[in-house]
Amino acid sequence: MRKLTIVEALRQAMREEMARDHNVIILGEDVGIEQGFGGAFTVTLGLSEEFGHDRVIDTPISEAGYAGVAIGAAMAGMRPIVDLQYADFIYCMMDQIVNEAAKLCYMSGGQVKVPIVVRAPVGATTRGAQHSQTPEAMFMHVPGLKVVAPSTAYDAKGLLKTAIRDDNPVIFLEHKLLYGSKGLRVEVGALNPVGEVPEGDYTVPFGQAVVRREGADLTIVATLLMVYRALEAAQRLAAEGISAEVIDLRSLRPLDEEAVLRSVAKTGHLLLVDEDHQACGWTAEVAALVAEKGLAHLRAPVKRVTSLDTPTPYAPTLERAWIPTPEKIFAAALELVVNGSTHTDWRG
Amino acid sequence: MLTQGAPTHRLPATDLLAMYETMLRIRRFEEMVYYLFLQGDMPGTLHLSTGQEAVAVGVCTSLRATDFVTSTHRAHGHAIAKGVGVNALMAELFGKATGCCQGKGGSMHVGDVRVGAVPSLAVVGAGIPIAAGLALAFKLRKTDQVAVCFFGDGATNEGTFHEGINMAAIWDLPIVFVCENNQYGASTHVSKVMKVANVADRAAAYGIPGVVVDGNDVLAVHEVTVEAVARARGGSGPTLLECKTYRHGGHSRSDPGSYRPEEEVAYWKTRDPIKLYREWLAGQRRVGEAELAAVHVRVEQQIDDAVEYARSSPDPGPELAIRHVYWEGSA
Ligand SMILES: Cc1ncc(C[n+]2csc(CCOP(=O)(O)OP(=O)(O)O)c2C)c(N)n1
Ligand SMILES: [Mg+2]
Repeated sequence: MRKLTIVEALRQAMREEMARDHNVIILGEDVGIEQGFGGAFTVTLGLSEEFGHDRVIDTPISEAGYAGVAIGAAMAGMRPIVDLQYADFIYCMMDQIVNEAAKLCYMSGGQVKVPIVVRAPVGATTRGAQHSQTPEAMFMHVPGLKVVAPSTAYDAKGLLKTAIRDDNPVIFLEHKLLYGSKGLRVEVGALNPVGEVPEGDYTVPFGQAVVRREGADLTIVATLLMVYRALEAAQRLAAEGISAEVIDLRSLRPLDEEAVLRSVAKTGHLLLVDEDHQACGWTAEVAALVAEKGLAHLRAPVKRVTSLDTPTPYAPTLERAWIPTPEKIFAAALELVVNGSTHTDWRG
Repeated sequence: MLTQGAPTHRLPATDLLAMYETMLRIRRFEEMVYYLFLQGDMPGTLHLSTGQEAVAVGVCTSLRATDFVTSTHRAHGHAIAKGVGVNALMAELFGKATGCCQGKGGSMHVGDVRVGAVPSLAVVGAGIPIAAGLALAFKLRKTDQVAVCFFGDGATNEGTFHEGINMAAIWDLPIVFVCENNQYGASTHVSKVMKVANVADRAAAYGIPGVVVDGNDVLAVHEVTVEAVARARGGSGPTLLECKTYRHGGHSRSDPGSYRPEEEVAYWKTRDPIKLYREWLAGQRRVGEAELAAVHVRVEQQIDDAVEYARSSPDPGPELAIRHVYWEGSA
């Protein structure tokens, strides 16, 4: 099996899906220009040479426009992949995605389907407030949309294939610091995990979380870059004699409720880690889930480590203060397990 | 060759020299930040306006201090031309507390409202209706101010361009739309994303004047802006100016620009706006060589000082991260 970066895995998924189904097309800015970028982070590099400009379509800078074009094309039989340079610009597509794509199937009484995938690079990389957001929660809130967030190359390929074949609109989040973009696109502070990726066909189903590390004392649930930061914290916790289980949700809507409840039943402690803001984020949804269906398992109140409820600051010192770090996750976990458990009667 | 015999030509020598100095200040500022970026001293990303300085300077020299400009991800030149100090600008790029936005904005969000530079907006096209909104307020409040909206060729394909300009047109707002057509939106050539030859041709659809000007000719840009600003201030509504220009470097720090033909890049370097203007000034003999040399020394010193200022400035404390989410009153 070959080891691939996430960029390579995503590219392979698109290449295989485009070869498999001629209705799969890519629409986006700078995705297919000769001697160009292959999208903002090189994901589509080489695909226009292979599949031609009819299928790898360079759009004007018109996000609302090409989101709408993708929706129309999808209703007429295509399977468009919509490329965004930064997830932040998905807000320019908001009406098309939320009012149109997400509702067409329902409003039409099931007459039409909108199989589009919106690929959105997320994550803070000292570029300031408009090139840094991880806007997963906005879309989790919308019935009719699915939201996935792979953190490994294997999942990136498998989930993207599932997304392309899904008959509904899917918001597909990719983390800039996990891509493994090469050359001039190298990001400071990137992790760029490489992982084994089978050549050829396989899919990863939506709605299945994965345990990245087994543990007994607390459950840490995370997505994307935060999975790695949680794993780093877990390693340090082990040195303190605390055994943390780390769950990577992979899929935010549908959400793998069972995986979370099962783990919490085992550990009795829940720490939720998200790079998105806290207010109404997926951490709130998971906390509510456990409050509704797993409260009896908890030996201490749920704890959350998220980015601050502020826009993303630019200065590197501020960005570090803003975002969850392994140190913050470690400290929160320690506090949760050590202090949290001392309040045995926390439920009053 | 620069515009000959135009009225601008009759500007006092001090103004002509000041325009040269501002263009040079932008050039040296950006060359310095790029160097610092390569050294690893600069976080984030950079979009340089090297080669486009005549637009920022030609336009902003036609404005009053009380007029407002909006800008984009490629904002350093507009900020400097409108009067944002290079110390505060440099400190902002370093992410320091003394930056023009306290280190919270960064390269793509620079500005200082005290000099009429609205902190720039990096979502392409976002500033166009917002600038129209500034102009609406100026009109309703009868302030006699004018708004100038800078944006690129690529931005003209956003819906906000259509919506913003149409509203400005129907309400005769005091605004000048300045499209810096550097012929590419990132790697995409304008001809791939636009059927008309000129962005200015689109003005007809809104019933406002559209003017094409050589964006590497600072005097020509100044000339047409003076007229458009007078029109705006006089209550006759917006103008769409299209300045044809070129960026010398890549789109951002990570772009080698390999999608551009070498001859094209070479041709535009022969049309370097600073070089052209300096030749014109020399031909005019109203500004002496000694004065020009002194400008170079002064600018060099300012930029070195700005780096020193930024380096020795404190980092913003973490408590600043949670401030200013909501208005805290004027400083
Ligand atoms: C809404 C939106 N889409 C995409 C981008 C990414 N992006 C940043 S600059 C740019 C090109 C802009 O081209 P143009 O308007 O011509 O300005 P220039 O960069 O040439 O100054 C793109 C696509 C963005 N910042 N905002
Ligand atoms: Mg451009």
